[in-house]
Amino acid sequence: MPAFPKAAHEAVRNETLRANLRHATHTIRDKRARAVAELDDWAALREAGKRIKDRTLRQLDTHLLQLEEAVTAAGGTVHWAADAAEANRIVTGLVRATGESEVVKVKSMATQEIGLNEHLEAEGIAAYETDLAELIVQLGEDRPSHILVPAIHRNRGEIRDIFRSEMGKWGRPAPDDLTDSPAELAEAARLHLREKFLRAKVGISGANFMVAETGTLVVVESEGNGRMCLTLPETLISVVGIEKVVPTWRDLEVFLQTLPRSSTAERMNPYTSMWTGTTDGDGPGTFHLVLLDNGRTDALADEVGRQALRCIRCSACLNVCPVYERAGGHAYGSVYPGPIGAILTPQLRGTASEVDASLPYASSLCGACYEVCPVAIDIPEVLVHLREKVADQGGKGHRLEKAAVRAAGWVLDHPGVLAAGERIASKTRRLHPKKLPGPGAGAWTESRDLPEMPAEPFRDWWRKNRT
Amino acid sequence: MRVALFVTCVNDAVFPSTGVATVRLLERLGVEVDFPAAQSCCGQPQFNTGYRAETEPLVRRTVRAFEGYDHVVTPSGSCAAMVRRHYPPFGADAAGLAPRVYELTEFLVDVLGVTDVGAYFPHRVTYHPSCHGLRLLGLGERPRRLLEAVKGLELVELPGAEECCGFGGTFAVKNPDVSAAMGADKITNALSTGADVLCGADNSCLLHVGGMLRRQEAPLRALHLAEILASTEEEPWA
Ligand code: SF4
Repeated sequence: MPAFPKAAHEAVRNETLRANLRHATHTIRDKRARAVAELDDWAALREAGKRIKDRTLRQLDTHLLQLEEAVTAAGGTVHWAADAAEANRIVTGLVRATGESEVVKVKSMATQEIGLNEHLEAEGIAAYETDLAELIVQLGEDRPSHILVPAIHRNRGEIRDIFRSEMGKWGRPAPDDLTDSPAELAEAARLHLREKFLRAKVGISGANFMVAETGTLVVVESEGNGRMCLTLPETLISVVGIEKVVPTWRDLEVFLQTLPRSSTAERMNPYTSMWTGTTDGDGPGTFHLVLLDNGRTDALADEVGRQALRCIRCSACLNVCPVYERAGGHAYGSVYPGPIGAILTPQLRGTASEVDASLPYASSLCGACYEVCPVAIDIPEVLVHLREKVADQGGKGHRLEKAAVRAAGWVLDHPGVLAAGERIASKTRRLHPKKLPGPGAGAWTESRDLPEMPAEPFRDWWRKNRT
Repeated sequence: MRVALFVTCVNDAVFPSTGVATVRLLERLGVEVDFPAAQSCCGQPQFNTGYRAETEPLVRRTVRAFEGYDHVVTPSGSCAAMVRRHYPPFGADAAGLAPRVYELTEFLVDVLGVTDVGAYFPHRVTYHPSCHGLRLLGLGERPRRLLEAVKGLELVELPGAEECCGFGGTFAVKNPDVSAAMGADKITNALSTGADVLCGADNSCLLHVGGMLRRQEAPLRALHLAEILASTEEEPWA
């Protein structure tokens, strides 16, 4: 995966992608603003959500142990996975033990994060995505580009073409005369998926929340496909990040208001499914919960960065982000794109790779993401904090940059030298080119003209006219 | 009233006219203006790029330069935001400066209590609220109220006004393609208003957007709010 600026370079030139993204993000951001404006206690809900999450994160171990106890008491089995490899190994083992070679999946960021589908495929197990947008991505052999709407980069015409050419390879084909009307597309997906739901013996999900006091897991969704996966199979395996725990049912009250409004601009999401262990004759007879760390405890150890773990994956920050809108989700080279991806991914994966080191800079720090975030994550603050880490570690470009910043700092700290420099720049202004050579500066003047240098700096005007 | 002008490094070197306009405007309103020459850069570019240690001497210098002034006025939303929001963790002195620094429109509306500054500027103007002024400082309606009171000025709404123009300091250098795409959309919106002046309260954004406008030889120029407010019938600015 190339670093963000390079990946974005391609995306910015893709007119279809930009048009699709612009349309989709602007529609949803306007709707979200209206849905949020309906509540006069939005600010209080936002603050409450932030506090619940912070309080829970401070005693994460206690809540997780309580959760484990409750899940076990309710007939489930809890597994702890330190990283992606361990989580994949556990899930594969569990599927193997059922003797099955295919599974249906509820849309889940955690399983994407660990690359579960690819891992299962390598082990000879087929994993079918059942969320409509995930299905589009899977059939198109594509990668998701949005947290909530993974196929946001596709328009209806593209989706029709994917359904027509690919559905048959995976199961029930799409009708030959399929048009791009939303109703027809949805019907084709429904028929295709229904066969999968009815056949599957194993379901794999994530969860939006886990309630420690009762061991209950919660999935909120719009389509109802998730509920089918959660209730029809004999075995259910849920892979969930450890930060998703909340202490009590009461805490859900806040998030069940803020999450749907922030993500789909709905007052309430159409389906909220909750499951607690197993019950004879009702739902899966076997339930496994895989608790995933995968870098989360490292993030937790970072005082500034840990606020990223409050994220409830609503994707509101993506929809308002001007950088995401132009670059698209793929450019982030991360399962979590957009502003949250830019602060979460480098914390989960570290900043050693070129792409991870570039993510904290994939923002103009405009602050729109912080403004909409329903749990008040100060994304710009974390971005700057992570930039500090990247700059400190040195590496490509940063050693030179540090030297330049130091030199500039020295000049700026010596106004006499600064004034002399300004004077020279003003005196030689007729000689200045409109375009500059060199990487950084060259890119700047590619699309902009430098302003003409003034005849004299302000300092000199002041000295002549006011002293 | 006596105030210190914090002109900012970009204005000092590249846009001195904004500093001159600020001085003339404030003096016209009966304010005595000082220019502490020890001032330099507030450290924002260094800070935002991740060079906290390199920011520190500049913070100390800025704090020292403005010692003893109750009101420090700056025609830059983003530099005001740097001091207000990011200085406090640098220590007690830096925290002490934070509430004494006012962005120009804050100073006019909140401290002097004026919205009609007696300006005359017979042009069609559209206003871009820069992100830091908008979100970090919460300037709100202040700039618009000041513009609305200018004689002869026709204020037209900028579509997508609250969207970032794509400058973002070193962002424009580190992510030139995305930055340019954002800037292109900003000027398309600005041109759609039919205005002849795109006004802002932050010259760093205007440097970026104005540079794109000049490259296109567009019939629209970028101008700092202070220069519009400094303009009068007797002494038209430009
Ligand atoms: S960071 Fe905030 S706005 Fe973005 S997805 Fe997470 S909760 Fe939503």
